[in-house]
Amino acid sequence: MDLEGQGRIKQVVEQAGADDVVAVLGANSAAAVEMTAMTLKSGDPSYAGPLAGVALGIPSYHILESEIVGQIDAAVYDRELALSALAMDVDEVIAPMKAIRDGGA
Amino acid sequence: MNLSGKRVLVIGERDGVNAPAIEACVKSAGAEVLYAETLCFV
Repeated sequence: MDLEGQGRIKQVVEQAGADDVVAVLGANSAAAVEMTAMTLKSGDPSYAGPLAGVALGIPSYHILESEIVGQIDAAVYDRELALSALAMDVDEVIAPMKAIRDGGA
Repeated sequence: MNLSGKRVLVIGERDGVNAPAIEACVKSAGAEVLYAETLCFV
């Protein structure tokens, strides 16, 4: 997540509050998903952006993990996600994010 | 986690699933979108 994006998210959460807020990610690499999930939960690990030292405590989910896919309207899934799901190794991409959500950094 | 009634920060990626696609999906599940952005790693 770039520094401007961190600033915008910080502003949104400060205004709207963090109650019932979750993040839904779409990145196709484990490293990108991990970095974003860490930033939204515990703060920017690189200490470079506006979320450095700011633990928002927001849990991250991936749009293609089964827990989320099961809640999406089937027609919308077919139109928006079916192709991406074929091209992505979902289990590999979401593994580090799940670890963070379940108690890691 | 039940998306219905949740407020969602959508963070898509150009080479994965972009933000408008995620937005359409989470709205179909009853969530409200607070923020949406598509990242681009080059």
